[in-house]
Amino acid sequence: MSAEPILETQALRKAFGGHQVLDGVSLRFEARRLSALIGPNGAGKTTCFNLLTGFLRPDGGRILFRGEDITGHSPDRRARIGISRSFQILNLFDDYTVLENVRVAVPAMRRRGWDAWTPAGEVTAAADRAAAIVRLVGLAGREHVAARFMSYGQRRLLEIGVALAGEPELLLLDEPTSGLGSRPMETLRALVQQLAERLTIVVIEHDMDFVLSLSHHVAVLHRGTVIAEGPPAAIRDHAEVREAYLGTLRHTRVG
Amino acid sequence: MMKGWLEAWAPPPMLAMFAVFLVLPAVLPWIGGYTYLGTEVMIWAIFALGYNLLLGYTGLPAFGHGAFFGMAGYFLGATQKWVTGGLWLPLVAGIVGTALCGAAVALFVARRRGIYFSLLTIAFGVMFWFMVFFLDRWTGGEDGFTGINRTAVSLPGLGAVALRDNLPFYYFVYVFFVVATVVLWRIVHSPFGQVIGAVKQSESRARALGYNTARYKWAVFTLSCAFAGLAGGLYTLARFGAFAEPMSLQQSGNVVLMCLIGGGFASFYGPVLGVVVFLVLRDVFSTLTDHWMLLYGLLFMGIILFMPEGILGVIRRVRRPAGFHDTRAADAAKGAE
Repeated sequence: MSAEPILETQALRKAFGGHQVLDGVSLRFEARRLSALIGPNGAGKTTCFNLLTGFLRPDGGRILFRGEDITGHSPDRRARIGISRSFQILNLFDDYTVLENVRVAVPAMRRRGWDAWTPAGEVTAAADRAAAIVRLVGLAGREHVAARFMSYGQRRLLEIGVALAGEPELLLLDEPTSGLGSRPMETLRALVQQLAERLTIVVIEHDMDFVLSLSHHVAVLHRGTVIAEGPPAAIRDHAEVREAYLGTLRHTRVG
Repeated sequence: MMKGWLEAWAPPPMLAMFAVFLVLPAVLPWIGGYTYLGTEVMIWAIFALGYNLLLGYTGLPAFGHGAFFGMAGYFLGATQKWVTGGLWLPLVAGIVGTALCGAAVALFVARRRGIYFSLLTIAFGVMFWFMVFFLDRWTGGEDGFTGINRTAVSLPGLGAVALRDNLPFYYFVYVFFVVATVVLWRIVHSPFGQVIGAVKQSESRARALGYNTARYKWAVFTLSCAFAGLAGGLYTLARFGAFAEPMSLQQSGNVVLMCLIGGGFASFYGPVLGVVVFLVLRDVFSTLTDHWMLLYGLLFMGIILFMPEGILGVIRRVRRPAGFHDTRAADAAKGAE
């Protein structure tokens, strides 16, 4: 592990109603890498994600982005300094077309957000950028279809397109493969791999194949603490990780 | 080029609407109407179009907006009576005063959503309504703020134009109706309009994209109050006085109904159609029977129950079937009709 991490958490703690969901989680994510945060159900992944994106506030600990303390930043402020997120449960503007969904997410549009006079279509910089992103996520030709009429797989891709449109330095993906069949999964895998070449991605994921084949770095969360960290190969053979996953598996079968 | 210009300022349906209202005073007597009804429709249309910025475009159901429509009259009257005579400054005072009150209320409601938002707006509405009676030394309380003058305005090229009669006042209001409609059209199609539409569809996503959604909601609320202030000022001039009744909770529901009936969620013009239906039916029913309120209520219940997307919503659904998923293809097909 070298260099300054782009994102770092220091001893994050969060409890809900007496239940300690995160108990001192310290993580470091390096720039231009694809890192994954995995763990069995109830490990605290989603809570951790919500702390990183600002949708929840931690009870203790700090979050640093490029060395700056952003623990108290609101979600929108985090977005403006270069942290984008996707949502596990699709969160799109259903009445807007594919292009409109992406366009409203582009910084060129955000900076004009208080312009209540110029027709939105005349913000050509935003429209061009949006069109490029629609092509990048493989939705060319569907630009003018309302998001609600897209197939689930295409909506998953649009979800990433919208997150990407913010021109982030750091992209946080919340279970991007959730609910996907094998064919759209391949499209998504190719897309994420391509993106990982030029920006930092942190992904929360259930699908172990997806995580272990794509990421450079994996952190495993179990009962609110990090039980293992390292390259995918090391994680695959890590005894404690196997126990955590198998343990819950056994538990699920019995339950 | 021409087409782009029209789309940006006033597309053909809007021009048609303006044309109808331009010749309306000549037509109204033939269809059993009267000039004042036309004036009333345009005034309420300004109010409803501005309110729809909040309800239809941002998805914020404010239920106390009648208070803003009503309070403008008191600002206008007070300015005319105690500060300066004339018409322009009192009108401006009506708009600015109402917008400022709206901005103050918006500070409290902009961070709320759903039922909490609605309840708070009701609470503020009732509070302003009570203030009219509490401050009856200035507002006239139950008797209203009377003695407001429609003084002549001097216009370049026309000289002094007397507004006392219904017809010149109709065209005075018409000018404001046209300007307000065009301004609102520009707003909803601007980047700002895109953002508030995003807030309506998913506030959490809009925040995740870097928008400070509370500030946008504050701004929309304040804007809609400014339009309520303009409409309320004109209403006061129309009636030569400001009265508390439009500020009551019951009357606050009118503008909501107008937007819903016409189809404010489906179309920019929905509120205008809603106002026409609302006011015309009021006149028709009240001549038919003494129990017209019952008929009126039943009809609106029927509309809300069976056409929740409003009249224009139903028309749009028929004209653009759900099979047309591509908006461009649908528009092309529509254009070919």
